[in-house]
Amino acid sequence: MLRKISKLVAAATATVVTGMQSASAGYMDTLNMTKGVTPISERVYDLHMLILWICIIIGIVVFGAMFYSMVKHRKSKGAVAATFHESTKLEIVWTIVPFLILVGMAIPATSTLIFMTDTTESDMTVKITGHQWKWEYEYLDGAAEGVRFISSLSADSRKAIYADPASVDNYLLDVDNEVVLPVGKKIHFVLTASDVIHAWWVPELGQKQDAIPGFANELWTEIREPGVYRGQCAELCGRDHGFMPIVVRAVPEEEFAIWAADRKNVGKAAETVDKVWTVDDLYARGEEVYNTACIGCHQLNGMGLPSVFPAINGSAIATGPVGAHMDVVMNGRPGTAMAAYKDQLNDVDIAAVMTYQRNAWDNKTGDHVLPADVKAVRGGTPE
Amino acid sequence: MAHIHPSGDYYVPHGTKWPIIGSIGLATAAAGFSSYLNGSNAGFTVMFGGLLIITYMMYRWFGQVIQESEDGYYNDQVDVSFRMGMGWFIFSEVMFFAAFFGALFYARALSLPWLLGEGDGLLTNIHLWPLFDEGWPSNGPADFGGDFQTIPAWGLPALNTLILLASGVTVTLAHWALKGDSRQGLILWLAATVILGYVFVYLQATEYTHAYNELNLTMESGIYGSTFFMLTGFHGFHVTMGATMLLVILVRAIKGHFTREKHFAFEGVAWYWHFVDVVWLGLFIFVYWI
Amino acid sequence: MSEAVAHDDHAHGPEKGLMRWVYTTNHKDIGTLYLLFSLTMFMLGGAMAMVIRAELFQPGMQLIDPHFFNQMTTMHALIMVFGAVMPAFVGLANWLIPMMIGAPDMALPRMNNWSFWILPFAFTLMVVTLFMEGGAPAAGWTMYAPLVLQTGDAFPFLIFSIHLLGISSVMGAINIIATIMNMRAPGMTLMKMPLFVWTWFITAYLLIAVMPVFAGAVTMLLTDKFFGTSFFSAAGGGDPVLYQHIFWFFGHPEVYIMILPAFGIVSAIIPTFARKPLFGYSSMVYATASIAFLSFIVWAHHMFTVGMPLAGQLFFMYATMMIAVPTGVKVFNWVSTMWKGSMTFETPMLFALAFVILFTIGGFSGLMLAITPADFQYHDTYFVVAHFHYVLVTGAVYSIIAAAYYWMPKWTGHMYNETAGKIHFWWSTISVNVLFFPQHFLGLAGMPRRIPDYSVQFADWNMVSSIGGFAFGLAQVYFCWIVYKTIKGGEKATDRVWEGATGLEFENLPSPAPYHSFTMAPEIK
Ligand code: HEA
Ligand code: HEA
Ligand code: HEC
Ligand code: CUA
Ligand SMILES: [Cu+2]
Repeated sequence: MLRKISKLVAAATATVVTGMQSASAGYMDTLNMTKGVTPISERVYDLHMLILWICIIIGIVVFGAMFYSMVKHRKSKGAVAATFHESTKLEIVWTIVPFLILVGMAIPATSTLIFMTDTTESDMTVKITGHQWKWEYEYLDGAAEGVRFISSLSADSRKAIYADPASVDNYLLDVDNEVVLPVGKKIHFVLTASDVIHAWWVPELGQKQDAIPGFANELWTEIREPGVYRGQCAELCGRDHGFMPIVVRAVPEEEFAIWAADRKNVGKAAETVDKVWTVDDLYARGEEVYNTACIGCHQLNGMGLPSVFPAINGSAIATGPVGAHMDVVMNGRPGTAMAAYKDQLNDVDIAAVMTYQRNAWDNKTGDHVLPADVKAVRGGTPE
Repeated sequence: MAHIHPSGDYYVPHGTKWPIIGSIGLATAAAGFSSYLNGSNAGFTVMFGGLLIITYMMYRWFGQVIQESEDGYYNDQVDVSFRMGMGWFIFSEVMFFAAFFGALFYARALSLPWLLGEGDGLLTNIHLWPLFDEGWPSNGPADFGGDFQTIPAWGLPALNTLILLASGVTVTLAHWALKGDSRQGLILWLAATVILGYVFVYLQATEYTHAYNELNLTMESGIYGSTFFMLTGFHGFHVTMGATMLLVILVRAIKGHFTREKHFAFEGVAWYWHFVDVVWLGLFIFVYWI
Repeated sequence: MSEAVAHDDHAHGPEKGLMRWVYTTNHKDIGTLYLLFSLTMFMLGGAMAMVIRAELFQPGMQLIDPHFFNQMTTMHALIMVFGAVMPAFVGLANWLIPMMIGAPDMALPRMNNWSFWILPFAFTLMVVTLFMEGGAPAAGWTMYAPLVLQTGDAFPFLIFSIHLLGISSVMGAINIIATIMNMRAPGMTLMKMPLFVWTWFITAYLLIAVMPVFAGAVTMLLTDKFFGTSFFSAAGGGDPVLYQHIFWFFGHPEVYIMILPAFGIVSAIIPTFARKPLFGYSSMVYATASIAFLSFIVWAHHMFTVGMPLAGQLFFMYATMMIAVPTGVKVFNWVSTMWKGSMTFETPMLFALAFVILFTIGGFSGLMLAITPADFQYHDTYFVVAHFHYVLVTGAVYSIIAAAYYWMPKWTGHMYNETAGKIHFWWSTISVNVLFFPQHFLGLAGMPRRIPDYSVQFADWNMVSSIGGFAFGLAQVYFCWIVYKTIKGGEKATDRVWEGATGLEFENLPSPAPYHSFTMAPEIK
């Protein structure tokens, strides 16, 4: 009976194992931690492999002894039970030996940790702010000083969630605005959040750090290889926690400088508040903003989610007086997930998204909100 | 109703309906209060109903235990079990307060200094709260609740300390009287303890009114107000409970309960009273004084 | 000792009808209530896990909304931890401790009834939130501020149900301590107590020490939300991380609360089927105490990424690593107990052996998580999910299943069906590894936890894991059926039940055990 069962088990295990192998063919990199592209990630990888192997070896010894005993000392083989049940000497040995092994692990762990936490002498600083459910980046110094943008899940990925995930590249790991960083520089990140706790994590950089509202954390990285590195928010932050990716594009320094210059110009040129905006332009622009900034909560069809996020379609606010509407959008609703957008969106975007909200779906108010109106409310201090 | 076995070495009570009634009461009170917090006024009535059920349950359950005790059903083993139960219950209360004291120490020793830019908090201060520069007592960088004043330790709180310490003495005197078979002394000193207890609560209440009306010190006053009212509030609640339990003991003493050998209920309440006393000392030192 | 509790039987047997269960003060009745309640909650929490696994079966959102997914994750964990595993252990304590120490019942029988009867009410409050405005709590079982403050109407219900659970646990723990300290039969010295009694004794202290702290933490959440306090808000001078410190000061001892009694169970089963006394009894006791002590000073290993000062990170790393030492002592002692024994492999033994291996695997991944720099990569990924399901499912739950098979004949007087038990074992053990082992790979490859949808490179292992999950779930339905059959009937169990069994419950009591275990204190050798 037992034989039969164990044969069956062996067969089943074999099937599962081969099944796993074929399933994972071409995905060998999905079995282990990445070695990454930074000095930190490499040291962490080595540490990981060291402790993994120590555990595997201890496992082989312990389970080996156990299986040996299970095979040899079974009653059906006529084994007669011994009666010993104590040995102070052994107890001491197997207290001391594991302790020494642990010391052996703790030494490299300590030095790696000290290395990781040393944020001094960095070449540039980027401030990262987590919002429900997007990341904001601000370059505090260096070539891109002053550049600031919001990065959220790309529209392609978002559309594929309820359609066909396989049809898009980098499903859920793609954003509208990538963070661009120079390779070979020590980059210092300052991390915080505006609403709830998020965590900024790109596996290939080998670091993960929480972004905590009201406090600033820091971490550093030095990317060795140019390339695109993808990660995700790693701390549960509400409904769309799974849809808050991070994309880092590492480029050579010259390319970074070009990008920075471009980015600065884009910022200035496009947002001339005084440009004459037509309703259609605003509406189109607003749709774009809505579909990246607001869709996560208020949904594509403007219906929100019953009892979690209110509908904009038919909302008394979005169809009522412009002032109250603008107040909600600019200042948010403290204590709820509705954030203040006055620091996240510029005047044009706010005007556009409000115009969109007031005219999309069944909200045919016909009103439109001009960037100048927003600027006026802001009190003429454009950010 | 006495489903117990008076003789023999073991005491095993039989079926009891008080626990299930207690659970119904607790759940009713919890559901009522929850709905009230969610904005339903009816919830308040429901909560009140639940509290009534709990009070009734306690009255009857303790009544039964007292009856059985007076009838001599309990042997020494039961007495020891009761003592252990009370002792460990008090320990669990200590740990409950430990959470709030932990919050206080953390805020004073770590989070507030970080917000002010000390130690690891440099970036926090520079990037997020550059204007924040006032330490304990603080209502935080956003100045929650507006400017406020604190209650000086050497006024009312010091008086309250004296009162509680004195009540610790009187309850011990009552115990000695009980052990010395002096019923009159027992009643007298117990009554004094109960009065001191309620006076403490009364003074605490005046202090709260003063804080709210004149000092602008409220629950909303940032971390100072939070820890202040959480600690003193839960302590005040425990004093009220303790004084009420002492009152029950007083009534029983007047009725002639307790003997010089057997008076666990008295001792249990006295322990509880000392616990409340010690917590107050912690409060006086860490909340009011330093 | 002299006189018995019962001289006239009718007054001391079980009462009749449904009210027997509601009013009972009998440790066996209450133990049964706890165990059945736990099984029910296990099915409910498991059903939620099935919803999670079904949604994660393939990339894309197919079945549920992301918000509901978070509700499932949160409720699954709360129900499993507080509704399934902890009550199961309390149920076992109720059934076994009086029998093992030669007592007639628990020390405080009325309070015992109350500890149980709070639970169904507490869980009703928690589970009805599924039907409220804004749904059930969705901020994870850890309920981190400030996210949890965004919970809808469920919020106060969640807080108060936790208060009730805490009251129940503390009362249960006090009862267990009083029973062990005060009700032992003469001659049952502390160092003669079976290890299950010892581990529970220590667990009870953990419970009394940490449940009130948890109650304090959630009380602060409540006042932050409704009464304007700012414990967890930086703007008011508080700190969201403060919540995490208080939570994990409770939370880490909590996970040992879920494993120490399991150690006791395994230490009872292995000697029986190895027919050889437990190796290193006293070192087992000391190891248990050391684990309990260490559990109070390691909590921040759950928070390596919150930005603690370096010295703090190092302290918590070293302290956490130390736990491997006493736990290793336990594992080595179990292996030495088997060594040169005369082993047979009935179902309880199979589960106990699987426990030793699979728990140790979970322990190894725990040790890896303790290495702070590496934890920056592991944290909040499926690697952590794999770790804790190995220690919780193939640890805690396996020990509970093993205990059920081992003592069921003593409880019911019937043997379970051995073939069925073996099928249950192999079916569970294969599928549980298919379920949780690939989660290590997913985590290492970069899949965060608590996400309802994932990038396509994680698709294959998730599908494998889900298949394993469904198979494991069905195996537990089969287990329910086995339990049902055993209660209803089956071969008559002998008084000793197992050839190698020792202990008062097997040597001094018939099967099924009488309503009052020891109406006369037994003679202790
Ligand atoms: C029963 C429950 C249980 C148990 C017993 C453990 C045991 C351990 N756990 Fe685990 N843990 C959890 C339940 C449990 N854990 C849960 C639920 C979480 C997640 C909570 C959440 O976030 O939701 C968690 C998370 C968790 C983390 C945080 C991970 C993260 O979020 O980033 C860490 C980090 O240090 C950790 C470490 C450990 C360690 C070191 C042990 C040790 O006790 C293990 C010791 C055992 C061994 C090491 C094996 C046997 C020993 C030998 C054979 C001796 C020789 C060995 C060596 C010298 C290596 N656990
Ligand atoms: C003791 C505790 C315990 C137990 C027993 C389990 C058991 C299981 N857990 Fe759980 N789990 C946790 C504690 C536990 N878990 C915790 C603490 C978390 C973290 C939560 C958080 O992040 O906040 C978690 C999170 C968690 C996740 C991660 C979710 C996420 O991060 O989003 C997953 C995903 O696979 C999972 C799966 C499972 C499965 C498949 C089982 C299985 O073992 C369950 C098997 C049982 C059954 C299935 C029931 C019986 C069957 C039926 C009722 C009939 C229906 C059956 C079928 C249709 C097949 N659990
Ligand atoms: C993180 C989730 C989230 C995002 C993203 C979000 N909102 Fe909201 N929004 C909310 C919530 C929650 C409320 C309800 C607040 C309350 O309870 O008072 C709300 C309310 C509103 C209202 C008032 C509706 C009413 O009828 O009360 C408007 C208008 C609004 N949001 C506009 C926007 C705009 C414009 C954007 C994007 C630029 C946006 N929101 C993005 C969560 C969000
Ligand atoms: Cu942001 Cu998770
Ligand atoms: Cu832990």
